Amino acid sequence: MTQLALVIDLNVCVGCHACVTSCKEWNTSGDAGSLADLMPYGKDPSGTFFNRVQTFEVGHYPETQTVHFPKSCLHCEDPPCVPVCPTGASYKRAEDGIVLVDYDKCIGCKYCAWACPYGARELDAKQKVMKKCTLCVDRIYDEKLPERDRKPACVLACPTSARLFGDVHDPESEVSRAIRERGGYALMPEWETRPANQYLPRRESAPCDPPTPSSSSPR
Amino acid sequence: MRPAYSVVFLTTLIGAGQGLFVAAFMAEAVARLAGESVPTTFLVRASIGIVALGAGGLVASFFHLGRPERAWRSAAMWRTSWLSREVIALPAFIALAAAYGLLHARGHGGTFLVGLLALAACIALFTCTAMIYACIRFLQEWASPLTFVNFVLMGCASGFTLAAALAAWQAPALLAPFTTGAIALTLAALVSRVASLKRNARLQPRSTTQSAIGARGPDAVQKSRGFTGGSFNTREFFHGVGAPGMRAILAAFLALAFVVPVALIVAGRDGAGPWLALAFAVQYTGLVAERWYFLADARHPQNLYYQSVA
Repeated sequence: MTQLALVIDLNVCVGCHACVTSCKEWNTSGDAGSLADLMPYGKDPSGTFFNRVQTFEVGHYPETQTVHFPKSCLHCEDPPCVPVCPTGASYKRAEDGIVLVDYDKCIGCKYCAWACPYGARELDAKQKVMKKCTLCVDRIYDEKLPERDRKPACVLACPTSARLFGDVHDPESEVSRAIRERGGYALMPEWETRPANQYLPRRESAPCDPPTPSSSSPR
Repeated sequence: MRPAYSVVFLTTLIGAGQGLFVAAFMAEAVARLAGESVPTTFLVRASIGIVALGAGGLVASFFHLGRPERAWRSAAMWRTSWLSREVIALPAFIALAAAYGLLHARGHGGTFLVGLLALAACIALFTCTAMIYACIRFLQEWASPLTFVNFVLMGCASGFTLAAALAAWQAPALLAPFTTGAIALTLAALVSRVASLKRNARLQPRSTTQSAIGARGPDAVQKSRGFTGGSFNTREFFHGVGAPGMRAILAAFLALAFVVPVALIVAGRDGAGPWLALAFAVQYTGLVAERWYFLADARHPQNLYYQSVA
């Protein structure tokens, strides 16, 4: 059975937020209506986003690393947000494993957001329904698009190819190989939600030696 | 979590209504065993109170919804969702309590059977309400059997206090059992609430910044959450009250929900209705504060992703 997912390479993410803006652009222009944007040019802008890039500092000085960390719905294989939904608006598709919200059935009770440990769901301040990453479900199957464009907007926008997209249940797919060969891991494994999205860790690299005057070529 | 007042009033109002029903129905059951009867006016007025409290809770729950006009859809997923089950159990309880009062008012038989059905709905409703919170495993403060015990004991305590106040006017013979029950239930609720406070104080969060982003090594701190404005994630899951404020709310609800009502019930146990009515008003106010604290107390793991603006 297919399980579509993103694999995010933290080794090459530079934290440019291109995935954030392209996600917002695609999903605010889509069939399901706009994503709320309150006071976009005001003092305290607030809006619905499916994807954010955050920044963490890991390690102890001077051996610290800056880790840029994109976060969106992980399309869990055992999604805790789905069984709690009282209306059935929140569901996981059998055919491709995408977790979706039916905006016409959602009553905006926010219980699914409470039941997501990752904070992947946001109540849209205008439409008053729960929204989240759809893996660009209105794009990846669109046969009017050239085949190379049938990928989530965030994947296409990434300038460093830090975002891979594919079927994590197909052992020969690009994403499965990346997870296998690069030590892909899931977030908060302690809650056994089995996220479909996985992350590739930073690669260890030796600290640079200070340049010595005698060295003939620059490092 | 940021407490939603709709949820605070829903759970405290229906809890008091359920407790009042348990008190009234137990009075009828015990009287039947002894071959006596309970004044009809008391049972009818109590039923009106139960229905009013349940309906008040139901109205409050609508204020929690972004799209209240679609609320009818919420009974659909009763196979998996405790919230959906509560949506069925609450109207069922209100309807059965209304039928119970109506049968008494009209002098019909069958009140005991309808009362038993209402009791089943009452227990189901306590279970659904508590499980909505207790079933979310990563909200560790809520994921405990104590959540259920507290909801039952606090609901019954406030219901018995209200029953005692009603009995002072309508059924003086029931004053002694209701005041004794109210004191015992309030003290039991205090013990179980303190037990859950102690449990929660000892809790070690299972999620850390390391597990949230998969960082190896002991040091991982957020430098930027990725935006400077607000979002649903920064509003819904942070209550924004500092430690001194939380301690003040804790002290207030321990006094108002448990200690002061017991003193007032003792003062009114000989039939001083105003003392008992005041005891209920004070206890209900205390339980509102208690429920606010219960909701605020849960530390959501998603907050690990929103520790630093920039």
